[in-house]
Parts: sequence; structure tokens; C-alpha cells
Amino acid sequence: MYSSLLQGKHKGDRIFHIVAVAAAGYTLFMLAIIAFSVGDGSKEIFSFEGFGFLTGTDWNPVEGRESYGALPYIIGTLISSAIAMIIGVPISLGIAVFISEMAPRRLSTPLSFIIELLAAVPSIIYGLWALFVFRFWIRDLIEMPLHNAFGESIPFFAQTPFGLDVFTAGIVLAIMIIPIVSSVSREIIKAVPNSQREAAYSLGATRWETVRVAIFPYAKSGLLGAAILGLGRAVGETILVTMIIGNVVGIAAIPSSIFDQSQTLSSLIANEFNEASSELQISALMGLGAVLLILTIVINIGARLLVSKITKVSPGVRE
Amino acid sequence: MQQKESRQEDNRQKIQDIMSRQSSKKKLIDRIMSAFAIICVISALIPLGSILFEVVKNGISAISIEFLTQPPGSFFLGHGGIAPAIQGTLIVVGLASLIGAPVGILSGIYLSEYAGNGVFPSAVRFFNDVLTGLPSIVMGIVGYVSIVLLLGSFSVWAGAFALSIIMIPIVVRVTEESFKIVPNSIREAAHSLGIPKWKITLFITMKSAKSGILTGIVLAVSRIAGETAPLIMTILGTSLFFTGFSGPIDALPLRIWRLASQPYESAHSQGWGAALVLILIVLILSVVLRLFVQSKTGYKLNRATF
Repeated sequence: MYSSLLQGKHKGDRIFHIVAVAAAGYTLFMLAIIAFSVGDGSKEIFSFEGFGFLTGTDWNPVEGRESYGALPYIIGTLISSAIAMIIGVPISLGIAVFISEMAPRRLSTPLSFIIELLAAVPSIIYGLWALFVFRFWIRDLIEMPLHNAFGESIPFFAQTPFGLDVFTAGIVLAIMIIPIVSSVSREIIKAVPNSQREAAYSLGATRWETVRVAIFPYAKSGLLGAAILGLGRAVGETILVTMIIGNVVGIAAIPSSIFDQSQTLSSLIANEFNEASSELQISALMGLGAVLLILTIVINIGARLLVSKITKVSPGVRE
Repeated sequence: MQQKESRQEDNRQKIQDIMSRQSSKKKLIDRIMSAFAIICVISALIPLGSILFEVVKNGISAISIEFLTQPPGSFFLGHGGIAPAIQGTLIVVGLASLIGAPVGILSGIYLSEYAGNGVFPSAVRFFNDVLTGLPSIVMGIVGYVSIVLLLGSFSVWAGAFALSIIMIPIVVRVTEESFKIVPNSIREAAHSLGIPKWKITLFITMKSAKSGILTGIVLAVSRIAGETAPLIMTILGTSLFFTGFSGPIDALPLRIWRLASQPYESAHSQGWGAALVLILIVLILSVVLRLFVQSKTGYKLNRATF
């Protein structure tokens, strides 16, 4: 049956090896294409605005009075992602601890499947749901009560909420990062040697104390990596944020309270790309992309280094 | 004597008291933290349940034969359908897979079967991982600058190219891991028969790794089928059917986005209908695959981390 396999020994091997190396090289080549494309697309705006592109707050595409600055969107990105992290990371850690330390096996397996299902939902559907359903929950159940109680005394809650704001965007982003943060955290918690747990239990520690004194300290840097991976997702998410953040431009995109409308780097690209009136405006949008690319590359490299230090394998693979 | 004994008894009582008080406090904290973990799980399940419920509830009423077979009509009246979007998603995602799957598989084979831990393979592994985490809108910029500007038109090619960049890193990693868990004895047995390495890899090792790779490809396909951001800058979206690979085309996520931004109730209803079609494509693909393929392999793939 395999006799045909015996033919074409050396030549075939060499050719296949070369093809495989070329395919692997293509991965590195893609990164080069990405860097080149983003650089080439944004060079016009950087030569027009210079370094001021990063610190400016204007966004004026009117011919003759063009002025573009990325600062409000950098701030909008950071604030919405920060809200996502503050809400999403503790919940993800709770889920990871529940699945790996508390739940019986017949519960933990379907539960991790369901959490993975949350990752299977396309972000456009999160967006649709957030726009037509979830924002009214947020507005009526969280934002209005907070605003009514503290709106006058604390400027943080001052704005009259509509549900289309940086707070809603942050919460939906939190939901979106739960699958990745909780899955990677679970793998890291699993990688903690059992001797750690046994030592804690033998000293009379309760389950929570075991998690606190034996697991968290051991897994610390890996869990930080998991959180940062989630941050990378939150920073780069586009279409969902575009649908619910309110989409304002210029200085107004710097939110004055957490119930204020805003804009992120990626949402402005998605919003204006098809309506862009000039080459320069397109280039300005690409410039936002360049800032976003650098931000996410730094975040991802940091996270991967932290995670692989603990598990010694790529996150996402369990055997 | 009597006194000493009663004092001892007293002390024991005190120590027991302290210990039980401490342990009841410990137990209370433990209970609170356990409850917190359960609340975390529930708070993740509520959105998933609500999303699925709303999509099915609002989507079902929009779906009809006309909806699935006609091009879009008036937003206001809710006429027409999403047929070009379904067609476009199948074409763009299909083309992206034709580019992405072979490159990803070959690259994964190289990492597992040919490369060691040298500088080049380590660099490929590392940057491949970094590539998985990059925002999809950046791939849109890449498709725009390197294909749309080059060809002078928004096109299927640009969209497929952008989506293939998202797909390849996923396939690479899954292929490498699927090949790595194939026992070496299989390779050695084949090698002792004098079969050349490339044939061992492609026809023998591949047999064991196949289901893992297939899972990875389906996962990558369902991931890119739901992408919106890169398509805005590459295929643009249209209400017409496919006219050629170098012209614009529609896609389901793009159509949902456009429908949701209309001010009309009927457009929103169509948006939910399109969302139901999209989610059915994505979920059925992954659930069916999970039931039929993955149960056979020891290698478990976690889609949440891609």
C-alpha cells in the first residue's frame, strides 16, 4: 500500500522543506507588510502634522483649515479599556477559580465550553445587542440611579446618561474580554503544582485561603499576562465600540464624566473611513491606525512574555 | 489538684473558643469568596443567554424566502433581503481560506517537523502569537494600502487578503500543536520503511493530526466570517450580487452594521435577521465540529484565546 511512497526520496524532501520554510517565512513577511502598509498610509499625516498629531485635539477635515490630532481618541481608548479591565478582570479571575478549583468535573467541562461559546459570538452581534438591548439595561439599572444619587455632588457622574457612552462601551468590552482572560487564567492556575495546594490545605487553610496564599502568588505574573492579553483585545476592538460609544470628534471626545460620549482610535477609523473627503483625512485615519498598532504590539509582546514564562507553552493549548 | 484540673479545663475551653471563632470567621470569608466566584460565572452567562435569546427572538420574524434570496430593497419599507451579503461572506471567507489554510498548515508543519528551537523558528512562533493579538482593523488598513490602492478599486481580493492575515496565525499554531502530539513511534515506523520525510509528514503523520487541524481551520473560518472592521476598508459593501473578484462585494457583518445604523424599525428587524443567519453559520459550524471531530483527539483546542 505504501510502496508508492518510497519514490522521489531526496528531491521531494528538499522541495517540501523549502516550501515549508517559505510558508513560515511568510508569517514574518506579513508583519513586515503590516508595518509597511500602516507606515506608508500614515506618512502624509505625520509629515503634515509632525509630532503634534499625537498631542493635538482638533479634528477638522474642512479644506484649507485642516487640522488633525489623535489625543482625544488615545484618551478615549484608554478610558474605555480601563473600565473594561476594572470590571472584566475580577470576573474572569472568579470564573477561572470557580472552574479550576471549585466546580466538580461534570460542571467545569460544560462551563468552560459555554465560556468559549461567548468567544464564538462575532463582535458585530455584541454590538447589535448592546445597541438595542443592553444599553437600556445599563441606563436604567446602573447609570440613572448613580446619576440621581451622586450627579450633583460628584462630577464623575455628572452627565445625564443615554446609555451610549464610554461606560456602556467599557462594560460590553468587559464582557468581550471575559473568555480570553478567564481561559488563559484557568490554564495558568492549572499549571500551579499540586504540592502548593496540598501544603496550604495541610496547614488548615480554607479553599479561599489556599487560592490566596498558594495559587495567586505562584501564578501572579501569568495572571497579569492574561489580563494584559485582554487589554490588547479591548484596545483594538472596533465595530462594537463604534456602535455604542456615541461617536463624537475633536475635544468633545475627551469624556468629562464616565457617562459622556467619546471615541476610540479604532472606532473613528471605522466611522469616517467611507466618508473621508480627502487623501489627508484618510492618511490621518491611518495615522490613528499606526498609534493603535504600536500600542497593541507593545501590549501583546508584554503579555506573551509574561504568560509563556509560567506555562512554558503558548496560551490556548491544553493537553 | 482539683483546682489545677478545673483550670486546665478552663484553658482548653478558652482555646477551643478562640479556635472555633477563628474558624467560623475563616469559613464565612470562604463562603463569601465562593459566592463571589459563582456570581462571576452567572454574570458571564447572562449576556450570552440574552444575546442568543434576542437574536433568535428578533431574527426569526425577519427571516423569509424573500429575505434569504433577494437583494436589499427600501430600508424604510423593509423590502428585499440579504442574499448578496450571504453570497459575499461565502466568497470572501472562502477565498481567504484558500490563501490562509495552505500557508498556515505548511508553516505549522515546518515549526513542528522541521524546525528546532533556533532563532528563526522561535521568531516565527513568537511573532505568530503577536499577530493573533493585533486588532482586525489594522488588517483592513493593510488590505487598503497594499491591494485597494494598488488595483485602484475596493475588491474581493483585498478583503480576502486582509482576512487571510487574521486566519494564518490561528492555523499555524493549531497545526503545530496537532503535529506535536502525534507519537514519534509512528514517524519512526514509517522512516524505517525507507519512506521519505515529506511523504511521512503529508500522508502518515497528517492522518493523526488531521482532525486537530480541521478544528483549527473551522475555528479560524468562523472567526473571520464574523469580522466587520477589516471589510469596511477592503470590500466596501454594496447591495448588488457578485460581479467579479476585482469589484466591491457585500458581507453579512457589514450588512448588519449598515442596517443597525439606519433610523428605521424595519431595517433593525432585518439586521436581527442577518445576525441570526450569521450566528447560525458560525455556531453550527463550531458546535457540530466539536461534537464530531474533537471528541476523537486528545488535543483540546481553546477557541477563546484566539
